[in-house]
Formats: sequence, structure tokens, C-alpha cells
Amino acid sequence: MTGRVARNVLALLVFVVSVFPVYWMVLTAVKPAREIQAETPTFWPSALTLDHFNAAVHAQGFWYFWRNSLLVACVAVLLSLVVALLAAYAVARLRWKGRRGFILMVFIAQMTPWEALLIPMYVIARDTGMLDTLSMLTLVYFMITLPFTIVTLRNFLAAVPVELEEAAQVDGCDRPAAFRRVVLPLLAPGLLTTSLFGFITAWNEFAFANLLIIKDQDDRTLPVWLSSFSNTFGTDWGATMAASTLFMLPVLAIFLVLQRKVTAGITGGAVKA
Amino acid sequence: MAPPVRRSSGRAAAAQGGARRRRTFWPYLLIAPTLLATAYLLVYPLLRNVIISFQHFGLAQLIRGGAGFAGFANYGAVLSDPEFWSVTRRTLLFTAVNVGLIMVLSTVVALLVMRLGRVMRLVVLGGLVLTWATPMIAATTVFQWMFSSQLGVVNWVLVRLGFASFRGHAWFADGPQTFAILVALIVWQSVPFAALTLYAAMTTVPHELYEAARIDGAGGLRSFRSITFPVLRPMFGLVTCLEVIWVGKAFVQIWVISGGGPGRATTTLPVYAYQVAQSLHRYDVGAVVSVLMVLLLVFALLFYFRHMFREEAAA
Repeated sequence: MTGRVARNVLALLVFVVSVFPVYWMVLTAVKPAREIQAETPTFWPSALTLDHFNAAVHAQGFWYFWRNSLLVACVAVLLSLVVALLAAYAVARLRWKGRRGFILMVFIAQMTPWEALLIPMYVIARDTGMLDTLSMLTLVYFMITLPFTIVTLRNFLAAVPVELEEAAQVDGCDRPAAFRRVVLPLLAPGLLTTSLFGFITAWNEFAFANLLIIKDQDDRTLPVWLSSFSNTFGTDWGATMAASTLFMLPVLAIFLVLQRKVTAGITGGAVKA
Repeated sequence: MAPPVRRSSGRAAAAQGGARRRRTFWPYLLIAPTLLATAYLLVYPLLRNVIISFQHFGLAQLIRGGAGFAGFANYGAVLSDPEFWSVTRRTLLFTAVNVGLIMVLSTVVALLVMRLGRVMRLVVLGGLVLTWATPMIAATTVFQWMFSSQLGVVNWVLVRLGFASFRGHAWFADGPQTFAILVALIVWQSVPFAALTLYAAMTTVPHELYEAARIDGAGGLRSFRSITFPVLRPMFGLVTCLEVIWVGKAFVQIWVISGGGPGRATTTLPVYAYQVAQSLHRYDVGAVVSVLMVLLLVFALLFYFRHMFREEAAA
């Protein structure tokens, strides 16, 4: 039985180590300033305050950056969803010459070390007058999420029985109509899951945002702004942690949604894994 | 329910009779947007990177164009620069240390989770998912705060534990210590994915194997060595590969926390390429470094693809 106790202690340690930084971030964000400045840190707040969130939200340009991040991520994800859905259908449902080659290409594209493409992307953006534009950033995020979106949607599509589609075609739907009326509703959880993962990728991206948006400071996105927090907040750790918390919130919400949707997508309705 | 087939549209006309023709035509139309996007946003930048690496490409060429052919001059310059080799060695060390720690820790965590009761298992898995969900930038700011010299919680804990010299200790002023903090950050961020993947794989190992091993008198370590690891060897290989790729090209954490410093203490290849291009405006040399980096990563990638395609062929 000492084995079981030791395991539980170790498990607790793993839990504490993995959760502590996030806990410390949120805690600092809601602590009164005097507790942050105290020689002896408090691990449980004596009082809660929204002052730091106020400071973060009212920091210069916060709402611009918030809007930019949201805009870029949403447009990129929608774009890649549409483009990927077409390709995923071709791969999952049709037989054609070059199909294997196409799948290979998508897999390779998925593993692209994007960090190695910063320089040519910068040069291309400059050549085409797209430097300092959110549309360039959107295009890059679209391409970063596209391969993953194709692979995942193809898997979700493959899980929808082809017989359902054929039945609809027998009933008089043409192929696009059968797809729209039968496959698409069943695919909804898959579409949601995929787009949310894509959203997280685009929302978190830093390197390209930092490189492609230079002059026009109002066009920056949240991660870039957050990385330069010391310019904005100095050593105001409360506000910095509040801003980090606000930045993390949508991602966390998505993870919570996904937990339910992923299982629903696999076990629900006519879809069988 | 189903609407009547509209004969007016071209695709409907091909509904049944022209199926064969449509089959040859539609797939290519459906993948055309993907191909176009990949060509312009992925293949072209890759090629452009290679082209720039063979040109004289500085600030003047960036602004006015007209970059001249340089042959292998840039490659020669980079490969004969001791700085490049020390950065490469550092990158390899950084990757080895990180991936080693990630694999060991995540294996331990996965094995631990396998043996926990229901409640503790959910607690640990929940914690791992929370860590996994933490955006990189949020994590880097928190680590900067935790390790900050004046009010950082790490210094406080160390002082409390009796290491009085850590009072007001400036971690980021010291090369090896900054390196260590980056390792801690990357390992902390990477263990959840690896541990969750390995745990999911471990649950697929048939229980009877362990039963049999226990009857034969095998202990925990022995049954890991003789059953878990051999059965899951492809999975371990795959995860190791992915981690090598992710750590090897890690840029954001290093760039935001230390910018490659202090001095050059935490400059790895991706950071080096970026510095050379952006601060020195030597886009050609930066391109060479990133081409060489891709070549290094290709080894890990090849291994990964070999595995992926075995899966794909089996599916």
C-alpha cells in the first residue's frame, strides 16, 4: 500500500507543477497590488481586485489588438475550412489519379518548419506591398492551418457512411445536394472541432505577426503586444498577468467546448468511428 | 424532402450518365484551391528562400531589387564561420536536453496515470490539459514573472529553502541559467502532449500481456522493458520525432524571453537566422542558415514520414 501512497503523492506533484504557472498567472491578476509588491508572496489572495484587468483593458490600443487577432484568426480559419472541405471531399470520396501524391503533399505541408520561412515571407510581403497588412498575416495563417484542416476533415468525412450519401442520391439529390443535406449536418461537430483548433493556432501565432507587422503599430496582434508588455506596463506584473489571462481565456474556453464536442462528434448520431 | 434535380446547372447534367467524365474532372477542380494556395504560400517561399541563399541579398536589394547571383559564396561564408558551428552545436545540445527530458518525464507521467485511481487520474489529466491549453506567449510572460529577480516566486522559494544567495538573483543575466529556464519552459509546455499521447497508446496494450508477465514474476520496470516499450516502440519513435522537430525549430520562447542572449548564450539556429536577417539585413546569410536548418530537420522528418506512410498504407 505504500506504493499507492507514493503514486498519489507523485501524481499530486505532477498536478502542482503543471498547474502552478497558470495558477500564479491568474492569482497575480486578481491580487491587490500591495500583495504583489510584498516581500513574502501570498499563495491565496486576501482580497480580489479587478484593478489589473482594468489597467490591461485600458492600455493603449488593447481593443485594436484584440480585434486584429480575432479578425485575422477568424478569416484565416473560415478560408481554410472552405478550401479544405473541397479537398477533403475529393480525397475521402472520389478516386482519381494523383490522389496518393496529393495526400503525401498535404502531410509534408503539415510538417513545414514555418520558422524557416520567415525571411522569404518577409521578402515576398515586401515585394508585393503586403508588408504591414493584416491580409498578409491572414494568408499565412490560412496556409499554416490548411494542411491540418484537410487531414482532420478527411478523417471526419471518412467516418460518415458513404451509404447515407448514396441513399440521398437515390432519393433524387444530386451530389452537391446530397452533400449539403446529408453529409454537412453530420460533419458539423468535425467542422467545429477543426476550426477551433485552427483558431487556436492562429490566435497564438507570434513569429510572423512580429515580423510582418512592423510600422503600423495599430495593426499588431495580441501575442506581439503581450510579448512587449514591459514597454506598456513596465514592471506592473498585475496588469501583465491580467492581459495574459485575458489572452488565454478564449483558448481555454475552446478547450472546454472541445472536450464535449469531440466525444459528441465520435459517438453521436449516424457517425461511427 | 429532397429537391428535384435541377437540370439547368452543368454539374447536374452529368448526374448519372456522365459520371465517368465527372469523376475525372471534379477531383482536380476540388483540390485546385489547395494546390494554388500551397504553390504560392508554401512552395514559392521555400524556393525563394533557396534562391535568396544563392544571391547577394542585403538591405539595398530588398529595397531596390536586382540581387545578383552569388553562387556558393554565402554557403562558404556561413560554413567557415565558427559562430555558425557554435550555434549549431548549441542547437543540438538544446534539442537533445529538451527532447531527452520530455521523453523521460512524459513516459513516467503516462505510466503513473495508468496506475492511478479514477479521481487522481482525472486530476492529473485535467492539469496536463490545462498546461497544454496555455498559449505559448502567456506561458513565456508567466515564466518571466516567476523568475523575475525582485519579486519572483522562484527566488523567494529558494531563499526560504535556505539558499540565501538567491535573494534578488537575476536569472536572465546569466547564460547557462537562461538556457536552463528555457529548457524548463519548453519541457513544461511539451510534456502534456507527449504524456497524453503515450498514455492513450498505453491503454491500447492488451491487459493479458501484463497479467502473464506478472504471473511469470516480472516487476514494474521489467514489464515496461519487455512489454510496454517494445509494443509501443513505433509510438515512442513518432513522439520523439515530433518533439525533435518542435524543439529544433523553437523560436518564439527563446526570442521573447532572451532574444538569444545574454551574449549568444541561447542563440539557436532559428534565432540566429532571424538575427542575421533582421538586425544585420543579411537576408542571404539568414536564408543560408534556415536552408541548413531545414536540411537538419529533414532527418527527423524522414523518419516521421516513413512511419506516417506505413500507417497510411495500412489504413
